[in-house]
Amino acid sequence: MSVVDQTTRARAAPHAEIIANRVDPPPEGWVGWVRTVDHKRIGILYLTTAFAFMMLGGVEALLMRTQLAEPDNTLLTPQIYNQVLTMHGTTMVFLVVMPIWAGFANYFVPLQIGARDMAFPRLNALSYWLYLAGGIVFYAAVFFSPPEAGWTSYTPLSTGPYIPGNGTDAWIFLIHLTGLSSILGALNITVTIANMRARGMGWSRLPLFCWSLLAQAFMILLTLPVIAGTVTLMLTDRHFGTCFFSPSCGGSALLYQHLFWFFGHPEVYIMILPAFGVISEVLPVFARKPIFGYKAIAASSIGIAFLSTLVWAHHMFATPLTTVVLAFFMLSSMAIAVPTGVKILNWIATLFRGSISARTPLYFAAGFLVLFTLGGITGVMLAIFPIDRQVTDTYFVVAHFHFVLVAGAVSGVMAALYYWFPKMTGRMLSEGAGKVSFWLQFVGFLATFLIQHSLGLSGMPRRIYTYRADTGWGVDNLISTVGAFILAAGVIITILNVLWSLRRGPAAGPDPWKANTLEWFTPSPPPPHNFDVIPRVRSVEPLRDIRHRIASETRSDGTA
Amino acid sequence: MAIVAGCTVLLFTEMTAEKAWAGALLPERGGSSNADRVASLYAVVLVLAALVFFGVVVALVYALRRYGERRSPVAAQIRGNHRLEIGWTAAASGLIVVLAVVSLTKLHTIDHPDPAAASPAAIHAGVVPAGAGQPLHIDVVGRQYIWKYRYPGGAYSYEEMVAPVGVTVELDITSRDVAHSWWIPKLGGKFDAIPGYVNHTWFRLERPGVYRGQCAELCGRNHADMLAQVRGVSPAEYVAWLAKQKQSIQTADAEALTPPVPAGSR
Repeated sequence: MSVVDQTTRARAAPHAEIIANRVDPPPEGWVGWVRTVDHKRIGILYLTTAFAFMMLGGVEALLMRTQLAEPDNTLLTPQIYNQVLTMHGTTMVFLVVMPIWAGFANYFVPLQIGARDMAFPRLNALSYWLYLAGGIVFYAAVFFSPPEAGWTSYTPLSTGPYIPGNGTDAWIFLIHLTGLSSILGALNITVTIANMRARGMGWSRLPLFCWSLLAQAFMILLTLPVIAGTVTLMLTDRHFGTCFFSPSCGGSALLYQHLFWFFGHPEVYIMILPAFGVISEVLPVFARKPIFGYKAIAASSIGIAFLSTLVWAHHMFATPLTTVVLAFFMLSSMAIAVPTGVKILNWIATLFRGSISARTPLYFAAGFLVLFTLGGITGVMLAIFPIDRQVTDTYFVVAHFHFVLVAGAVSGVMAALYYWFPKMTGRMLSEGAGKVSFWLQFVGFLATFLIQHSLGLSGMPRRIYTYRADTGWGVDNLISTVGAFILAAGVIITILNVLWSLRRGPAAGPDPWKANTLEWFTPSPPPPHNFDVIPRVRSVEPLRDIRHRIASETRSDGTA
Repeated sequence: MAIVAGCTVLLFTEMTAEKAWAGALLPERGGSSNADRVASLYAVVLVLAALVFFGVVVALVYALRRYGERRSPVAAQIRGNHRLEIGWTAAASGLIVVLAVVSLTKLHTIDHPDPAAASPAAIHAGVVPAGAGQPLHIDVVGRQYIWKYRYPGGAYSYEEMVAPVGVTVELDITSRDVAHSWWIPKLGGKFDAIPGYVNHTWFRLERPGVYRGQCAELCGRNHADMLAQVRGVSPAEYVAWLAKQKQSIQTADAEALTPPVPAGSR
C-alpha cells in the first residue's frame, strides 16, 4: 500500500460507515468464478467472454474479406457466406460490443460512484449467465444449420420457406436471452446510479462515464423489449401459423422493418454512448485539465438517447414511404448531429491549453475523434434520403457503420482497456506494444474501410458473396482485405499485451494516471468490498481534490 | 484558411465538371437526370462535410502538437465557456438547417418523374401519346433470383429491361416472395421491392446504351447473382422489339398449350 493511499485514508472526511466485520473469502478456483456475485468478477467474466466472441467474430470478418479479395472467388459457397455474414454481424453486436460495455459498466460504475457493489448483485450474476447462454445457443447452431438471413433477419426471408433449417430460431433465442440480460443489466445500472452514489455526489458530480451508461440504460429499457416482442412474433410466424409479417396471409413485411429499426437505431447508440463516456473520462485525465463543458456533455448524452428513438425509418428510405415521413426522418436524423457535434467540439476544447501526456489510452481517444467524426459525417450524408437511396445497402453503408462501430465503439473499448487494465489487474499494459497496436489498428482500419465508400459509390451492394471481374471492384476489395488483416494484427497485439502484462506488467499502484474519479482511490485490484473508507465527494473530480488536499497539507506540515 | 478555401473551390469545380469522379468520390451518374441530380447534391454535401472534417482534424492535430506536456507543462484549468459552447451549438444547428434546405429544394426534381413531353421520335413511334406528363409505365417484379418486367400490351422480359430513350419511364416495383431492391446506379437510387407493397421510381434515358445494376437487398443464397440491366434503344427499335417479344411469347405459349404429338403417330 502506497504512502499516498495511507495518508489519503487517514485524512478522508470522517463520517458513519458500514464496516464489514467478517468477509467470507471467495471460494477458490473456478467455483469462485461461477458462484460470484461480486460486480468486479462479473465484469471480468463479461469482458473475457466478450473478447473470446470477438475472436470468433473477427475470424468471420476475415473469412468474408478473404472471399471478396478477388472477383469470382469460390472459397465460400453462397450459403456459407450468408451464414458467416449473419454470424459476424450478430456476434459483434450482441455478443461483443454490448457485453463489453456491460463488463466495464459492471466493474467501474460502483467504483466510480463510491459504492460497494451493484444494487442487485445476484440479478447482476443472472445477467451474465443469460448472456453466456445466449451466446452458446447461438453458436450451437454452427453444428446444425446456422442462420443466414443477416443480423437484421428481414421478413419474409426469415419467416417463409426460403431458408431450410432452423438457424433463424437460434438467432431468435439469442435475441431473447441476451436481450433479457441487457434489460436486467440496465435496470441494475439505473438503480445503482440513482441510489448508491457516495455522499456529496449530486447529479452534477456524477462521472461522465456513468452519465453515458444511464442514457444507455434508458435506451435499452425502451427498445430491447420491442425487439424481444418482435422476434417472438417472428417465432410464432415461423412455427405456430400466425401471420404478423407474411404478406401471403395478410401480414406486413414492412411492419417488421419498422419494429426492428425502432430497436436497431437506438442500438447503435447503445453501443457507442459508453464509448463517448470513456472518451470523456480519458481526455481530461491525460490533458491534465477538467472536461470542457461537463453539463453540455452530460446533457448531449441524454439528447442523443432521446433523439435516437425518433430516427429509425432512415434505415428504410428505399422502402415505400410517403414524402412527409421521409422528410421527418431526414430532419430528425440530421438533428442528432447537433448533440454529437457538441460532444466532439467539447472534447477537442478539453485538449486545448492542456498539458497532454501521450499515453496509449490518449492515442486511442484521439484516433476515436478522427475516425468517429468521419463516421458521423457520412451519417449526416445518409440522412439525406435522395443520397441515401444511392448509397444504402452498399459498401458505403458498410464503411459508415464500421466507422461508427469499430473506429467508434471499439476504439472506445481499446481506450477503456488501456486506461482501466491497471485498476483491474494491478499491472500496467506495455506502452510500446500498445502504441504499435494503435497504429496497426488505425492504418489497418483506414485501409479496410475508407476504400469501401468508393466501392459503394461505384455500385457494389453489401452482402454479396462474390462479384464479376468486369465490375472493376477487384482492386479496391483487395486493398480492403489487406487492411483487414493489418487491423486484425493490431487487435492481436493488444490481446498478447494483455496476456503478457497480466503476469509480467509493472505494478500499477492505486492511481497510475493521476486520474480524477473514485475508482483510483482504492488499491489495484480493489478488495472485494471496494473501499475501506468512502470519501465525501465535493466536486466532479473527487480524487483530484484529495490529491490537492494531501499536497497542501504535507506542504504545510513540512514548513511547520 | 485561404488554402483550404482554394482547395475546396478547386475540388468542387473538379467534381462537378469531371465525370471521372463518379463511382470514386461521387455516386454514379450519366444515365438519367435524377441520378445526375443526386450526384450534384452529393457533391455539395461532400464539400461541406470535407470542410467540417478537416476543420475538426486540424484543430485536433494542432491541440495534440501544441499542448503536449513538453511544450505546455502547465494545463489551464478551464471548465467551459458558455458563449463559445452556445456559439458552436448554434453553428452546428445552422449547418444542419442549410443542409436540410438544400436537400429539400433539390428534392422535387429528383423524386418526381420528369413531366416533359416525350421526344418527337417517341411520339411518332407511338410509345406514348403527345403532351406533357405522359410517362411509359413498366412493372418490375422481383423474385428469387430474377427480375421480371411487364410492358404495356402484355409483353414481358426477364433480367434485361428494354426502354426507349427520350421517354419518361415510371416503374411500379413489387416482389413475389422476399424483399428485393431495384437498383441501376446510373439511373437513380434504390427502391425496395417488398411483397404486398408497390414502390415507385422513374428514369428518362437520353442516350442508348446498357445500364447495369443488381439486387441490393439480401434475398437469399443467390442474392449476388440477381442481376438487372436496362438497355436503352431508340423508340422505333423499342416498338419493334416489343412486337417481336410479344410474338415470341405467343408462340411459346401456344407451343406449351398444344398437347405434345406422340412420336410414333406421324
